[in-house]
Formats: sequence, structure tokens, C-alpha cells
Amino acid sequence: MFRKILIANRGEIALRIIRSCREMGVLTVAVCSEADQDSLHLSLAHERVGIGPPPSQKSYLNLENILKAAKETGADAIHPGYGYLAERADFAARCEAEGLAFIGPTPGNLKLAGDKLAAKTTAVSAGVPVIPSSPGPVATVQDAVAMCGEMGYPVMIKSAAGGGGRGIRMCEDEATLLEEFPIARMESGASFGRDALYIEKFIPQPRHIEFQVLSDTQGHVTHLGERECTIQRRFQKLIEESPSPLVTPQLRREMGDAAVAVAEAAHYVNAGTVEFLVDPDGHYYFMEINARIQVEHPVTELTTGIDLVKEQIRLASGEPLGYGFDDLHLRGWAMECRINAEDPDRNFAPCPGTVARYRPPGGFGVRLDTHLYQGYELPIFYDSLLAKLVAYDLTREGAVEIMKRALREFIIEPIKTTIPLYLRVMEDPRFLQGDFHTGFIQDFVPEEADADEA
Amino acid sequence: MSGAQNPSKRVEVRAPMSGVFYRRPGPDQETYVEVGDPVRKKQVLALLETMKVFQSVKSPVAGKIMEIAAQNEAALKDNDLMFVIEKA
Repeated sequence: MFRKILIANRGEIALRIIRSCREMGVLTVAVCSEADQDSLHLSLAHERVGIGPPPSQKSYLNLENILKAAKETGADAIHPGYGYLAERADFAARCEAEGLAFIGPTPGNLKLAGDKLAAKTTAVSAGVPVIPSSPGPVATVQDAVAMCGEMGYPVMIKSAAGGGGRGIRMCEDEATLLEEFPIARMESGASFGRDALYIEKFIPQPRHIEFQVLSDTQGHVTHLGERECTIQRRFQKLIEESPSPLVTPQLRREMGDAAVAVAEAAHYVNAGTVEFLVDPDGHYYFMEINARIQVEHPVTELTTGIDLVKEQIRLASGEPLGYGFDDLHLRGWAMECRINAEDPDRNFAPCPGTVARYRPPGGFGVRLDTHLYQGYELPIFYDSLLAKLVAYDLTREGAVEIMKRALREFIIEPIKTTIPLYLRVMEDPRFLQGDFHTGFIQDFVPEEADADEA
Repeated sequence: MSGAQNPSKRVEVRAPMSGVFYRRPGPDQETYVEVGDPVRKKQVLALLETMKVFQSVKSPVAGKIMEIAAQNEAALKDNDLMFVIEKA
């Protein structure tokens, strides 16, 4: 087991990891940029190290400064959290080279998961259905037009290096494709430093369902059930739950086996997520592997009783997994709302400021993962996730009632947040029946002009 | 300081929220505008990045840039002065 872990992240996930380390008797090193000197994660860690100026590129993405901090504090492992360096194969490889354990997948796993086309090929080799798409990168707009003529519209243009919903463009017809393809190529080059695009058939009104997997270094793999992540806005998840109202025991068995098959084919190690789309006829398709601990991991923790961060640390230290899906006792229903500093009435515009009045929710069935406190000034440099509010009860109906009660208790003034939106969703008959698709949230927030047009 | 000769023609462009101010669309690209440039109404003058979201700062009027008050890559507060424009 590790003696000291450096947490290369900030915000709620840094707190989350520090807490598990403390329970395991492992020492912790927190890192911070100059904009995060008053951040809560620093006060819970055993040690803190400054890693640079406020912009992420100069601090939380500054691989050299982070490795130096680990060396100076004598850490023997690094937990990257999510985002930032979590899925950077070069960072995982550097950790290895410097004699530090990277708490996550292998550099090879990260490389594969980061190449969306290669990941799809792996899924196909494991006998798992994938969304029909171009067999490889599409170089020219002429090739794209020919490809889509065969495949049929609508289609999605995606970046092979993309992920997290970034760089995706939908094309209803050939005219839109002709217009969007060159833009997508530019954007992809700008965001991901490479411009390999591929084209995928658009699945109308899908659900987004993903499976948590865990694998040890000896090749044992299990899944831990699914998470329903269909409630999204522009491919960014807002509400997640486990189990999914759609998934029957039979479908869970099939999709769970498929997720494990993908992880095995990828020789995957540590915690990961296999994402699927499910069409209205109940057919599922592999989408991608998320090679990290995910934001929405708490809903799986509540229904399985397993601390996924502890499992990541345990597996990274070389311990065997020791159980399979049939050994788990899945119980109850967990639902998470991502509380973002965004104004749902103003096209989700970000809302920085100082938390003048703070009242966190609590009580039976409530878990709150947050770095907020009264008087905290939200830095402008980082993303808008403030808190993850998770409700847990024996039934979905019970979890919804707890969520509504907790959302009403939660005060973060004067910051505009997504709380009022979630209160409306919790009253919606389709949501309550579990009958929704990825376009659901559009009915609550009529799309205005792009934020860019403001 | 602003250089605007006629105070009634002076138009200030202030930050709509706090954020990081960028004078160019990318690190190795040209600035959007310089002092003395004529601008059209709705012409993009700069970018403002707040919590990972970018918005473009547009000119509220047609006229001429008299002053660029904010430094490139500076962290601005809500309502900080960014540009002074002389209305045409």
C-alpha cells in the first residue's frame, strides 16, 4: 500500500480523494494554483504545494510542476482525479518513469481510450455492437459526402481525439455536412491538436447508459452495474442515476457482459467506464471508454456500497480485485444532480462570485460532495461544478422525494445555479416515469442564441 | 486619458461579468483591434473567458477605438472597463 499520495486536482474531487486516503491511513499532498489558496481541499490534506499561476495550463496541467511537487514531498503515488491530467498517456508514462505509481489505467489503456476509432475497433473485436460509422478517419469533404450517402442521414461528425461531448457536430442532410465539415476540421485541430475526423450515424432519441468497470493487474475484470446519464445539455451530463429505469435484469446482464468484454479486450486496468447509447428499440451500441474516475461515480458507490476511490488505490497498489458482479448486493436507488454555477434562465451563462450565504442540505439519504463554504470566492479560471448532490433511498420514488427536499434546502446565494432547473425536472411526469431521451432537457430551456452571440 | 474629444460621443465597453480578457482569438493570431481602428457595430473586440466558457465582446456602436483599458490575459472583475470608443 502507498504511504503518501499526491492529488493532482482541485475542487470537490480533490476532497473526495483526500477523504478516502485518510480512511486508508495514507498521507495526502494537496496541490493548488495561486487562485486556489483558500480552497477547501488544502485544509483537509496533510501537506500542500503551490504549482503555479491561476490558468490551468500553468498549474493543474503543468506536468513538470506536479511531478516536482511529488518528488519534493516524497509521495509514492499520484491520483489525477478527473479532467486535467487524468487521461494523459504521457503523464501516466512520466509518473512510471519517475518511479511514481499513477492511480489509474496504464499509458497504453489511456492511448487506446483517447483514440475513439481505435476504441471502437477494440469493441468490435470483442463482439460488442458499435454505432455504424466510417471505418477510419475521413479526410476530405468529398469522402464525407460519399460516406454519408451510403450510411444515410442524419450523421454526427466527431473528432477521433475528442471526448466528453466536445467537438461533435450533427448534420441533418448533405447541405449541412458541406457546411459543417470544414468547421469541424478546424475546431478539432484547435481543441485537440490533431484533426482526424470520423462520421457516425446519428441515433435519434437515444439514452446514455454506462457501466462502471474495475480491473486488477492480474486480468480480473468486473462491472458494478449501470448509470443512467441521459439527462444532458449539449452532451454535458446534468442528472445521473443508478440503476437505470430502462435496464431490466436481462439487459443489465447483456450490457454488463459487453462492458467486461471491452475492458478485457483492451487489457484494461483500474477503474473505467464503458459508455453505450441505447436506441428507442432497446438496441445498445458501444460509444467510448472513459479511462478515469467519473464525476457521477457516487451513484454507483451508494447502490453497491463500494468506495470506488479506495478500489482505485487498492488496485493501483497491485492488490487483486477479489470479487465479481455476482458477489455484489445491489440495493436501492441513487440519483445525482450536478449543481453548476450557471444560470439556466440565461442560456447556462456562467455565474462567478462570492458565496455570501451558504446552507448545505443534509439528513437521511443525502450525500453532498462539494468544496463550497460560506465566504468562498469562485475562481473564474475553472469549471462551474460547485457540488454533487446525491439522494439515496430504497426506491426511485423515494430518492426523488429526498432530492426535491434537499434541493429546496440548498442555498448558495447570490450565485445563480442549476438548482431551480432540477426542481422542475423532479416534478415532470415523463421524468418520474423514467421515460426520456438525451434531448429531454431542451423542453425546459428553450435554446437561445449561442453564448458566443451574446 | 481616453482621448475622446467629444464627451457625448464617448462609449465605454465594460465587462459583463468577471473573466479573463483576451485581445486575440489564439496565442499566435492577430489582435482583434488596436487603438485608432474603426469598428462596426457588433464587431468582435475581444474574448472573455469565465469558468471555461468563452464569450465574444462586441462593439455596441460603430466608431473608433480610442483606448484599450484592459491588459491581454488579465483577470477582469464584473464591470471593469475594457474599451473606450468614440461613436461615429
